[in-house]
Amino acid sequence: MNDTLLETRGLTRHFKVGGTFSRKRLHAVDDVNLTIGEREIVALVGESGSGKSTIARLLAQVYKPTSGQIVYQGRSLADVRGRKAQLAYRSDVPMVFQDPFSSLSPAYRVKHGIMRGLILHRRELSAAQRRDEALRVVEAVGLRPAAEILDRFPHELSGGQRQRIGFAQALAYRPRLILADEPVSMLDVSIRIGLLNVMAALRENEGVSILYITHDIASARYVSDRVAVMYGGHIVEQGPTEAVLSDPKHPYTQLLLSAVPDPRAPLDTSVINDRGEPARVIDPAPGCRFRDRCPLRIDRCGTETPLLRDLGTNHQAACHVAS
Amino acid sequence: MPRAAQPLLSVRDLRVEYATADDPVVAVDAVGFDVAPGEFVAVVGESGCGKSTMLFALARLLSPPASIAAGTVEFHGHNLVTMTEKELNVLRWRDYSVVMQSAMNALNPVATIAAQFADAVHAHAKYSKQKVHDRSVEVLELVGIDPIHLKSYPHQLSGGMRQRAMIAMALLFTPDLVIMDEPTSALDVVAQRALMMQIKQLQAELGFAVVFVTHDMSLVSHFSDQLLVMYAGQVVESGPTRTVFDRPAHPYSRGLLDAFPSIRGPRTPLTGIPGSPPDLARPPVGCAFQPRCPVAFDACTTTKPDLYPVGAVGSRCLLNAPGREEATR
Amino acid sequence: MTALLTGAALPTAEPVPRRRRGGTFRSVLRNRKALIGLVLFVIFVILAAVPQLFTDVTDPNKLAFAPALPMSGDHPLGTTALGQDIWAQLVYGTRQSLVIALVAGFFATVLSVLVGVSAAYLGGVADEILSMITNIFLIIPTFPLIIILATYAGKGTLTVVLVVLVVTGWSYGANQLRAQAMSLRNREFLESARVRGERSIYIILAEVLPTMTSLIVANFLGAALYSVLTAAGLQFLGLGDPNSVSWGTMLYWSQNQQALQSGMPLWSIAPGLCVALLGVSFALLNYAFDEISNPALRPVRRKRHAPRRTAAA
Repeated sequence: MNDTLLETRGLTRHFKVGGTFSRKRLHAVDDVNLTIGEREIVALVGESGSGKSTIARLLAQVYKPTSGQIVYQGRSLADVRGRKAQLAYRSDVPMVFQDPFSSLSPAYRVKHGIMRGLILHRRELSAAQRRDEALRVVEAVGLRPAAEILDRFPHELSGGQRQRIGFAQALAYRPRLILADEPVSMLDVSIRIGLLNVMAALRENEGVSILYITHDIASARYVSDRVAVMYGGHIVEQGPTEAVLSDPKHPYTQLLLSAVPDPRAPLDTSVINDRGEPARVIDPAPGCRFRDRCPLRIDRCGTETPLLRDLGTNHQAACHVAS
Repeated sequence: MPRAAQPLLSVRDLRVEYATADDPVVAVDAVGFDVAPGEFVAVVGESGCGKSTMLFALARLLSPPASIAAGTVEFHGHNLVTMTEKELNVLRWRDYSVVMQSAMNALNPVATIAAQFADAVHAHAKYSKQKVHDRSVEVLELVGIDPIHLKSYPHQLSGGMRQRAMIAMALLFTPDLVIMDEPTSALDVVAQRALMMQIKQLQAELGFAVVFVTHDMSLVSHFSDQLLVMYAGQVVESGPTRTVFDRPAHPYSRGLLDAFPSIRGPRTPLTGIPGSPPDLARPPVGCAFQPRCPVAFDACTTTKPDLYPVGAVGSRCLLNAPGREEATR
Repeated sequence: MTALLTGAALPTAEPVPRRRRGGTFRSVLRNRKALIGLVLFVIFVILAAVPQLFTDVTDPNKLAFAPALPMSGDHPLGTTALGQDIWAQLVYGTRQSLVIALVAGFFATVLSVLVGVSAAYLGGVADEILSMITNIFLIIPTFPLIIILATYAGKGTLTVVLVVLVVTGWSYGANQLRAQAMSLRNREFLESARVRGERSIYIILAEVLPTMTSLIVANFLGAALYSVLTAAGLQFLGLGDPNSVSWGTMLYWSQNQQALQSGMPLWSIAPGLCVALLGVSFALLNYAFDEISNPALRPVRRKRHAPRRTAAA
């Protein structure tokens, strides 16, 4: 395992739902222990409502945790105070967004975001150096001719090109960890591979780690070193990608894998009874959140919330039956 | 490809144009295919390929500036292209129906499910209130939704349930053909699988044919009988689904299939298809795929290929033209 | 996973053709409504800027001529009951009406933007307070408020009129702008700016506002229209400065002297028509701006083709 770059301990985030006087709480993320090492791509896989996007926003400090800690390079984020320290963290941990149509401001040329990033986070650069750096990052994501692309408006670029610019913006900070929130979900299939290859290249050539958030397990397998599967706000399984995907321990992971369409394999009809209803995480009762859909359910699942347990080398699953 | 039995739907040379201030843009060009009764035909392609436009043309749902410029759509002995709205209304929903892409957008957010079903019924037939209710309960049960949800509003149902409600609505009159425009794109992978299996089950029970448009080729690999791959407004490959998946003849289909990383098997680096689809306002002379094609040669820049037969499939590639050496498969 | 591409050049995407330069100006010329609105506006601007080119009279309020003269070569629109040249008054009056429209429109828009966008962006308690203030000003019946303010302020100088117009004219725009800013609030490029570490002030001024320009301009034109009409109304009621030269004052005096009944209809009609035309020019420019900035609204003029023959089945 590589050195730890960022880890979360018991990370929890709840949202208020209902009217002004409601006491109901949406448990978006509950008690998550996630570790991201240096130079690795960790995939966070889950369906909508699993909490994966909330984790990204917690790590990007868009939301504050309800409880739990985020520890970056040994220091808890709660101790990061003052604008300078804040900016330093943001410069190390930028985010790439999902929607190529709204992630770049339509009013400015594409270089605007990159330049603002450089001005805010790399003050030591002169104007000429900033220009050079902008050219470098645009080329690093495979866009040429870089100078011409920088002068275009977003609507003059294709969706794939815009997403590459999103990565270029993040790269301009010389980051340690890029939070990529479903960066390819809105792109055409034939373009996705190009972006995934960009991500792998960034890990190799620039030494950044990437937290790749997705609902597409096949792309997670393609590009990630480790994978964490989320369901209903919990991590239900995590470990090295090959290990988790070739030998899934948690019933939800098994369900996901069998539901993924794979033209090269025969149809797996074992999921015939699951309707794909999402977990309800408003004021959840204790116990496993997957129990209503789980074919392996036992009594204990209804009363005691399972915790992640080691079931192999670095391979953990949160299931009473599996352990 | 001529079929043995009388096809249910027969599309020939369909051409859809968008009027602009300059020359019209051709969004769908010379599309032709047959749908046999009870068959599942999938139309796949990426954004801008014209698949949704083609579907809307089939259902006669295009509005200006788009219009059908040429071609015929034979259905139940009529040519849908030349029929008036009044004539179409007789066929709509009873003989063919449409399931739209996003149920949240297609369903009226301020009307209950029961009210919307009733609307659909009343637009095409005169049923008594009791009959409408009974039929609504029947179709909901068909798709596995508890009939208590007739009183629900769309936002009270989950995404998967909403989509199934749309399908139920499409089956109110047990039509012979149901046209579906990306009905699974807003769903998660497990819900998608469940929906596809549901559709196949209903097909087996009720015998209707399906024309299914999607951008996700792998989704339909186990469910469709016939597969059409569209690019830049044209059909570039068509044939039995398994054949197209196992032995794709057109370079675009090959590239598209290769762009899906697999869950099993060895992890190999993939390249996808570099570049973007052509601007339909300024299409390339010659083959539309040529600028991105890894095996293009000289004639590709000047000659527009026809759909050539290659075994059981048709492929719009000069490499498959009769008399030409086939490229290595 | 090191097998995945190292060093190999990453595939580039297809270049996308650039939009033609100067597209905005050409769209203005092609759009009929814009053209008419622009032409009208320019005419009024010229009249206001160099009135001396259009009439020999230097002091339109001076009772220099014989009263109630009909149209003639010397007096293209005749004279008033008090002996002033109507055409001269009209020409010189353009300046005040235009100034009122543009200045009041500008300040009302600035206020709308400040309140509306801040309310949307800051949210929470700030939003509630600002929205409440906006709604209060919105509900208060405008004309009685205007009359009270104008009377309270005493002499109806130009400043008073402007202040009154701004105070009553900003709230409608504020609501519209707030609504649009709210819809923009969760656009990813704004979230991207926040995550980048930009300060809120920067985000509002440099990221939110530029994407709202078309609505802000539309607001300005609407506020200008409102100001023209309301100012004319105020002055007509005698709440303006009766000694100034403006279309509204002309309406006041012509009503006062019962111009329509006494056979001097042009004295009433001419300024009324001018008020209406200036209003129309703003309204047309407003439509045109919408169409230019939102191509979906443009009417499509299609090329005529020979009808195609359907292919044989």
